[in-house]
Amino acid sequence: MLKTFPKGGIHPPENKITSGRPIRRLPAPKVVYVPIAQHIGIPAEIIVDRKDKVTVGQVIARSGGFVSSNIHSPVAGTVTKLDMVVDTRGYKKQCIVIRTDPKDPANEDLPEEMLKTEIAMAPEEIRQRISDFGIVGLGGATFPSHVKLSVKEDQIDCLVVNGVECEPYLTADHRLMLEKSQQILVGIRILMRALGVTRAIIGIENNKCDAIDLFRKEVAGNDGIQIAALQVKYPQGGEKQLIRALLGREVPKNGLPMDVGVVVHNVGTVYAVYQAVQHNRPLTERVVTVTGKSLQDPSNFWVRIGTPISDLLEAVGGVPENTRKIVSGGPMMGKALKSTDVPVTKGTSGILVIPEGEASRGEPRNCIRCGECVNVCPMGLEPHLLMNLTEKGMYEKAAQEDILTCIECGSCSYVCPSHRPLLDYIRFGKSISRQLATKTAQQ
Amino acid sequence: MSDQPIIVSASPHVHSDRTSRKLMFDVVLALMPALLVSLYVFGYSAVITTVAAVVSCLVFEYLIQRYILKTPVTIGDGSALITGLLLAFNLPAGLPVWMVIAGSLVAIGIAKLSFGGLGFNVFNPALVGRVFLLVSFPVQMTRWPTAVENNTRLVDAVTGATPLGMIKEGVQFGETMSQISTRLPSHTDMLLGLTAGSLGEMSALALILGGIYLIARKVISWHIPVTVLATIALMTGLFWWADPEQFANPLLHVLSGGAILGAFYMATDLVTSPVTRKGMVVFAIGVGVITVVIRLFGSYPEGISFAILIMNAFVPLINRYFKPKRFGARIKAKMV
Repeated sequence: MLKTFPKGGIHPPENKITSGRPIRRLPAPKVVYVPIAQHIGIPAEIIVDRKDKVTVGQVIARSGGFVSSNIHSPVAGTVTKLDMVVDTRGYKKQCIVIRTDPKDPANEDLPEEMLKTEIAMAPEEIRQRISDFGIVGLGGATFPSHVKLSVKEDQIDCLVVNGVECEPYLTADHRLMLEKSQQILVGIRILMRALGVTRAIIGIENNKCDAIDLFRKEVAGNDGIQIAALQVKYPQGGEKQLIRALLGREVPKNGLPMDVGVVVHNVGTVYAVYQAVQHNRPLTERVVTVTGKSLQDPSNFWVRIGTPISDLLEAVGGVPENTRKIVSGGPMMGKALKSTDVPVTKGTSGILVIPEGEASRGEPRNCIRCGECVNVCPMGLEPHLLMNLTEKGMYEKAAQEDILTCIECGSCSYVCPSHRPLLDYIRFGKSISRQLATKTAQQ
Repeated sequence: MSDQPIIVSASPHVHSDRTSRKLMFDVVLALMPALLVSLYVFGYSAVITTVAAVVSCLVFEYLIQRYILKTPVTIGDGSALITGLLLAFNLPAGLPVWMVIAGSLVAIGIAKLSFGGLGFNVFNPALVGRVFLLVSFPVQMTRWPTAVENNTRLVDAVTGATPLGMIKEGVQFGETMSQISTRLPSHTDMLLGLTAGSLGEMSALALILGGIYLIARKVISWHIPVTVLATIALMTGLFWWADPEQFANPLLHVLSGGAILGAFYMATDLVTSPVTRKGMVVFAIGVGVITVVIRLFGSYPEGISFAILIMNAFVPLINRYFKPKRFGARIKAKMV
């Protein structure tokens, strides 16, 4: 029996069309647009100015507080301006525009370094390094990683490594696990040392058997690291669902994984930690899956942060004529883009191109109370009820019905046979309920 | 990119290919074996009753939405078609056509559209239509044409009592079960549909076949039908065990009357049944218990229509008290 979380979940068509495509390197673009708010928390503060020469890995914006992160230059070149750019969420964000210097050898791709398994740093040094080198959660949430490592002694007993990649289409983590498995294992040991734990579990869904087998082969002798094969079920990559699946522990309502003695890091983050600690490389690039059934050459790329998404689409043979939607991220939780002049940020795991015919939603009809939304909700909520309450403006009642614990996985909207915009209403209801809660707290 | 604008909408960007229309047509498909049995058994009269019910339901929905409510017409969604079919299933074959039409008007006009249309009705429309006819025209509604080997016979040629009717009558006249059972059809006949009864309740086998299809297609879950039938079997079993001369055996109760039709097709109506599995079980136990109480102690021989309608009224309450377990609710959060 494969492990999984017990309540809810869906299994949409996987469409992992790029899982067999090795990660290619995309050369440094001519211009990069580096937003200063690529993480959850306080935006970084710009510390360069126009016409400044910068090089790869140089800090160009400094962390604005504890829950914040440094931003490093992904290329060598000249800062041309400090501008505004629309990010993948559609908000205008301040960004640093750097023109790449084509002659600078620093822009060449660095040679692959030898695997370095000795860990020299002490826990405190590791935390500092992760903070200094701009590492944030690369699974998509972009929460600054050092914050998750700042735990009290004996608070944590297990590190969970998220290799689930439950979003359809995306294969960035899968490819990374196949190509950098040993580095990831060293990264896990680094994080275990920083947390002071002796146990770690890598959770991987069973549609990535090659990665599971590879880790199982290589982990032999690495004490304390377990590999767990998971049933394929969305949203298993959600922290709470993953912890429940792997350890049987339920993160309390409004609580955090550390309340049940767990810290979760994504495999991409773990690899970035390895690069930072073992090879002094700050986070300036990441793996991005550029995919879609209509694309000529869907692929996985190593991409420098700040690369315009239009460059990525160019690299897979251009945007097909029949494209009606472009999504940053996976089809379940990704954000639809208004234009492709948006840069890749630390949280960009994939670009999905959706053709005509699959891009529009169905016409909403009356709720027939089939209860499918209730069956699939992994948080045990009643989406049809929450939508109704929001529609009628009964936000307090919605809050009593735990609307704020919704993780916005979209399973309810996915299954609704009447095409009701459940999650749209719930998102709206959540934001109002949260505002009301803050208002009451202030009074 | 083409000159057509790209679409920007909130996630999710994919959708399952299940639609309410497909669900409805699965139900229609599931009803087909039982309908074929009825057509075979009752011949023309079943055709006339079924066509009258289906057409009048569709026409009333169209007319009321178009001319009275002035809302978009939704006859294409399949729900009125199902109401028509299920209404026909609950009527004796060969009921005067104008009564069938009156039943459709009550089902669609009163039970469905006056509550706000699909999804808003509290009571199962087809059952409201049937019960309206039953209390208005008790004689015609209990004149059951019996199954005949030759399906070219005219309606009303042979009428007889349903097995449950025979038992009720017999018990009232002070007969014992062993005396009554000499007149009852065999269990095999009841399974195949060679007995008297309403149009769609003839063959338990055909109904179960369609029910299994619905469960396999995940249109309904097993919770309601299994719990209803188990409750009926258990309760009638207890009485039968206590006094087999006074009460019929549980197998007869499960196979006869509308038990299977009700359990698989009427009680499982998505709109008028609870949302959670727990709620469904509670609802189904209620249906089973009320059915048995009416069958054994009420004045009607069969009670599942009333049982379902009564429990329909409790659905909002059941939904309120039988909620899914919230994730992480067991433990109090240490930090907020």
